[in-house]
Amino acid sequence: MSVTLYLPGDANALALGADEVAKAIVNQATQRDLDIRLVRNGSRGLFWLEPLLEVETPEGRIAYGPVEVADVPELFNAGLVEAGDHPLCLGLTDEIPYLARQQRVSMSRVGVVDPLSLDDYLTHGGGEGLKRARSMTPAEIVKEVTDSGLRGRGGAAFPTGIKWNTVLNTPADQKYIVCNADEGDSGTFADRLLMEGDPFALFEGMAIAGLGVGASKGYLYVRSEYPHAAALLQQALTVASDWLDGFEIEVRKAAGSYVCGEETALLESIEGRRGIVRNKPPLPAIDGLFGKPTVINNVISLISVPDILAKGADFYHAYGVGRSRGTLPFQLAGNLKYGGMVEVPFGLTLRELLYEFGGGSDSGRPIRAVQVGGPLGAYMPESQFDTPLCYEAFTEVGAVLGHGGIVAFDDSVDMVNQAHYAMRFCAEESCGKCTPCRIGSTRGMEVIERIRGGDSNQIELLRSLCDTMLDGSMCAMGGMTPYPVLSALNHFPEDFQ
Amino acid sequence: MEKQITSHIDELITNHQHKPGALLPLLHEIQESLGYIPSETVPAIAKGLNLSRAEVYGVISYYQHFRTTPPARNVIRLCRAEACQARGSETLAAHAEEAVVGRDLTLEAVYCLGLCASGPAMQIDETHLHARLSPEKFDALIAGLEVNS
Repeated sequence: MSVTLYLPGDANALALGADEVAKAIVNQATQRDLDIRLVRNGSRGLFWLEPLLEVETPEGRIAYGPVEVADVPELFNAGLVEAGDHPLCLGLTDEIPYLARQQRVSMSRVGVVDPLSLDDYLTHGGGEGLKRARSMTPAEIVKEVTDSGLRGRGGAAFPTGIKWNTVLNTPADQKYIVCNADEGDSGTFADRLLMEGDPFALFEGMAIAGLGVGASKGYLYVRSEYPHAAALLQQALTVASDWLDGFEIEVRKAAGSYVCGEETALLESIEGRRGIVRNKPPLPAIDGLFGKPTVINNVISLISVPDILAKGADFYHAYGVGRSRGTLPFQLAGNLKYGGMVEVPFGLTLRELLYEFGGGSDSGRPIRAVQVGGPLGAYMPESQFDTPLCYEAFTEVGAVLGHGGIVAFDDSVDMVNQAHYAMRFCAEESCGKCTPCRIGSTRGMEVIERIRGGDSNQIELLRSLCDTMLDGSMCAMGGMTPYPVLSALNHFPEDFQ
Repeated sequence: MEKQITSHIDELITNHQHKPGALLPLLHEIQESLGYIPSETVPAIAKGLNLSRAEVYGVISYYQHFRTTPPARNVIRLCRAEACQARGSETLAAHAEEAVVGRDLTLEAVYCLGLCASGPAMQIDETHLHARLSPEKFDALIAGLEVNS
């Protein structure tokens, strides 16, 4: 009888040699005349264990990792296909503490299913949301999403249902659903893991959005830095087109501009222009892609929708705290021992994520600063590590949760460098439309260079410049670049002296 | 430009021109097939999509992904964003800049490959990814590129 093995084919596993390991596995099985089926699944997001090999058994999947090519013959000698014991054996995958302690809702199928098998998707609970949505009126669909409390997971946390409602109530001959998969924030990879691990769920979310607001066409805008994700989505689309039953999805590849993650710049890019931010109003929900009412949602927001429809708004609303409902896939990145994907309800503290999941720094030195929410997020010092992970508590301490990316730095970090980098990144990526962002970022670099040269009188000037950028920029690019800069200055003043 | 290339570009334009917002997908295809977007193609693209040459040029120059000159044999994109910085990417970048001198390699900075828990990370020719890099591992990889060429 054939034994099923799973080895991730996602970009992170590939970067750690998964393809070579896959070849070695097939070779060994052929040499030993063993009947195996090797599924290239998505990654469960336990990156220190990648490539993570799993063997299907009646008791559940048994995991081995991290597997290198040289380990493969030994694994077979140890009776891999009967899930034999070996030093790399981690026991049942579901009982690995890092996974067992999570509550995976949007990530529930990632690493479990074959991302290109629609049958696999449907037998693991996929498709139920779309089925139910087809029996509901558009207003009922939108109400279900509103009641769930789902807020945009791209970073801005705008209530998804309210956005949909505006599109629903704007009459037009054509409307669009746009998925923002331009996950440009450093320290984030949740969208990538979802696209590479559970693409049909994303399509289902987009199709439900289409039913909810009256749109028949969707665009999936994927960053060019994710060629593997884009290729997999394209393959998955050919598999799913019949099942989507009239809802058409087109994958559009971005071209390396960070600001195109901003929704109006993204629309410009799809329309074939430079990614220059638009004035708001008009809102994209009223006058969006090609001038038509448009829903623009992040990957995680859209992937949360099928479950909300299948299990009801209350199911989702039951997770979380206060006005931060549901779960958020947090991404532990940078200098951490156990970096990876941790999906939990809102409410845990940063410290719990960093130490109980992340295991502290990978270098073994103390963690000094943590940047949460991407390059436009604040640097948080140890005194803020007990902040609960929810939108409101983070706003209160002048930080942002954003897309849930968490980048840890040890005590070798120079915060003047990090502040300078924030300004440099803004100068490189600014679309150039508004002056505070275009000019302010370059002046910011210069001022920080003077501070680094010993002129601490310039600190006041830097603060004043940050004020101008905060209040005068058109979008978050210039408007939030002061977050990392000012937080570095406020929490780590000793570096600036 | 060679006649063969011109007719290939014309074919790509014909395939895309009916599409709303066709410019980016078209530019991607041209770069994928030629390795870059020759500036001689701009007039034909503009005419085919009913745009001004300035608009086409503006888009090509705005997006970091597009290039107007042929790259070296291999393009190496090294991540320089925060999560990789926290794992030593700046030391690696300084090493890489020296290591590629005199080799048929284009070294570019990229801001995030989404491999943020396993940095420093890099991409070679948009097909191969490598993580947890060290200067030694980098040297071995570029030496491997020489052997394979």
